[in-house]
Amino acid sequence: MKKIIIILLLAVIGYFLADIFFEIPFGEDSMVVSKEYLDKSPNDLHVANTVTSIVVNFRGFDTLGEVTVLFLASTAIGSILFRRRKVHTKLNPQRNAPHASRIVQISAKILFPLIVLLGAYVFIHGHLTPGGGFQGGVIIATGYLLLLVTYRKFSVSHSSLTWIEAIAGVTFAGIGVLGLILGKDFLENFLPVGTINNLFSGGIIGIIYVAVGFKVASELTGILDTMLSIKVDSEENEQN
Amino acid sequence: MSEELMQQILSISFYGASLALILIGVYGVLTKKNLIKILLSLTIVDSGVNLLFVSLGYIMNGTAPIFSPAIMDGKIEVLKTAPMVDPVPQALVLTAIVIGLGVTAVGLALVIRLFRHHNTTNIDEIRNLKW
Repeated sequence: MKKIIIILLLAVIGYFLADIFFEIPFGEDSMVVSKEYLDKSPNDLHVANTVTSIVVNFRGFDTLGEVTVLFLASTAIGSILFRRRKVHTKLNPQRNAPHASRIVQISAKILFPLIVLLGAYVFIHGHLTPGGGFQGGVIIATGYLLLLVTYRKFSVSHSSLTWIEAIAGVTFAGIGVLGLILGKDFLENFLPVGTINNLFSGGIIGIIYVAVGFKVASELTGILDTMLSIKVDSEENEQN
Repeated sequence: MSEELMQQILSISFYGASLALILIGVYGVLTKKNLIKILLSLTIVDSGVNLLFVSLGYIMNGTAPIFSPAIMDGKIEVLKTAPMVDPVPQALVLTAIVIGLGVTAVGLALVIRLFRHHNTTNIDEIRNLKW
């Protein structure tokens, strides 16, 4: 009975949403601000990837907020799940559990550096190819996830993660403030822009995306490590 | 196939798919009892909204908004035959995906915490317990 009511409700919502959606012409040029961006990105900023130049330069302040949200999320997860972890690591039953099979272990060893390399490539070339700091950071975090699920004894040092995160965040905000000091706007480009489609082009975008890549990678690795070590705690609870 | 018919089909499929994803997600949030399934439904709503955003920025026969060397040398006539799609929705979706990831991760952490207290992820059983 409840499901029928919900389906009826959704049908009503769906009807009105569809009414609005299908009014919008699909595939037609309706750009207003984007024309400016598509014009300025290759000509003024010398950045090949327009999406990157919007994310980091034209809407850089927005991205700083986004990075802050991600930082808040990782802090919140840490504070929600943190519970006498020091005590539990000694009696960790997971640590005595067998490792993954030898094939998986060797493959993980071979794959891990390649995954990190791919992640670094993606965030360094964020202004030239589809990609960027967030994507590259997530790729590196998946490499650490591979190690965390393969080797039971593998754990990441949370203090070094915090340091990497802090330095990357300060770099991002510091570049913005440096722009202010040099007489530009916050997060406005102040470096020479170089030639388009060269690695060293686009001014501050490359530096910011490397910082974002490190930040995202360390935050996500921290989240994964916290979440994976939590299963232990509930098992301990049941035993007590 | 004529251009206009193609446009109609694409319009119905993209808007319809994003609408369907949003509705499936809302249905899941309203009917499912398992907390993890509710979180999954929220992620489905997320992807529906993202698909809607990206399809709003699409231009017929458009290319990615990247000025690759081939385009800059004039080997591909960008603005005549294949215009570039709108980059702003793509940038917004990039932001939205990251925020969605953060929200999902915090939600999962809360689910883990609730599971520790109640040993269940069923929302009805959790509601009955006083703690």
